[in-house]
Amino acid sequence: MDLLQAIVAHYNHWIIIFLMVSGLYIVVARGNMIKKLVGLGLFQTSVYLLYLSPGKILGGTPPIISEQHTVYSNPLPHVLILTAIVVGVATLALGLALVVRINEAFGTIEEDEIFAGEEDE
Amino acid sequence: MVLLTLLAAITVGIVRMRNLFAVVVLGGIYSFLMASVMIVLDAVDVAMTEASVGAGISTVLMLAALHLTKTEEAVPTHTPLLPLFVAVATGIVLVFGTFALPSFGVAETPMNMHVAPYYLQNSIPDTSVPNVVTSVLSSYRGFDTLGETTVIFTAGIAVLMLLKGKRELKPGPKRRRIRR
Amino acid sequence: MKLDVIFRVAAKIFIPFMLVFALYVQFHGDFGPGGGFQAGVVAAAMVIFYAIIFGLDAAQRIFPQRLVELMVPAGVAIFAGVGVVSLFLGSEYLDYSRLLHDPVHGQHIGILLVEIGVLVTVAGTMVAIFYSFIGRGR
Repeated sequence: MDLLQAIVAHYNHWIIIFLMVSGLYIVVARGNMIKKLVGLGLFQTSVYLLYLSPGKILGGTPPIISEQHTVYSNPLPHVLILTAIVVGVATLALGLALVVRINEAFGTIEEDEIFAGEEDE
Repeated sequence: MVLLTLLAAITVGIVRMRNLFAVVVLGGIYSFLMASVMIVLDAVDVAMTEASVGAGISTVLMLAALHLTKTEEAVPTHTPLLPLFVAVATGIVLVFGTFALPSFGVAETPMNMHVAPYYLQNSIPDTSVPNVVTSVLSSYRGFDTLGETTVIFTAGIAVLMLLKGKRELKPGPKRRRIRR
Repeated sequence: MKLDVIFRVAAKIFIPFMLVFALYVQFHGDFGPGGGFQAGVVAAAMVIFYAIIFGLDAAQRIFPQRLVELMVPAGVAIFAGVGVVSLFLGSEYLDYSRLLHDPVHGQHIGILLVEIGVLVTVAGTMVAIFYSFIGRGR
């Protein structure tokens, strides 16, 4: 019974950690730069969940004040993550622009091939 | 809970997939699922942003970048054992850390007792705006938002600097050497 | 770019509604979910949709590159300008209480103005990034 309670209480954290770790794995292990950016995005979205899930209060409603409700979830993480998402897409676009330029300069977006080309010189 | 499990399943797909086109499309599905999870977590504003930004704009940008590069990922040359070990070790340490965190959905955590009740109580008297997220975003923490807008501005200018203008057609010396 | 007539007609039906939805999200953001960031992204998605269906040239006739690039700094200028105005009216930077005679109404109008600034920057940046990626591919 204790085990079941622990699972219910921490399931969100464990999924967040799984997403974070797989994002980290993609960034470290894969050489393709667009795949690396996707991994970076996975890591980023796991951080969004990490911020949002403790702000949820069971039985609460979205933080839009009205007469019928008294319990609201915490609005502060929503604000932080809202701006983080838009900044995230802006930095993603910057990364993609760099990848496009790298592809034009080296003819490849694989890290290993770029390193191999540099060693030949 | 079901949604979170689906998210994990999609993540496995993204990690294993080698065709980048499929990865980008899976990323779109991932973003929509993430938006649904955010609605369950009462973050409606954030869910709206994630659905339009994550599934809309970033997918389009990724596809545009794929159009300019290649869609197939090369087979990795070295074994992924060391990164796998690093990732799993990090994960174990983090899971060990979760047992000290407050469990899901509890109202009396330090985070929910600190400054959030002030915003919830004073939003209507101070600004007459019922959506607390909007009032915190642009009034109480307006300085933050000004900073974020500046970051977006800077990123936009940087992308324009990198990508605008004609493409240089003469291939550099490195390019030929790799293509041999 | 020649596409199926179904796409063209469907796009023509959808695009006005997308614009109306963006404006709704913008100006109803005080009372329901929404705000400048979301509205900016929806408006940018409308332009991108139009460019995908009708081609980049048609989109740039309606939303010229110069206008879009002007929008990027203009939004930040609106945001910072509101702060400077509130500074001149005798309160702190980005404190909107003195914008109108009544502090509460001043706050409300200040939030609306700031959100417009955010909308302009976000929409302009997204469309400018999209234009530069697509323009690179030709």
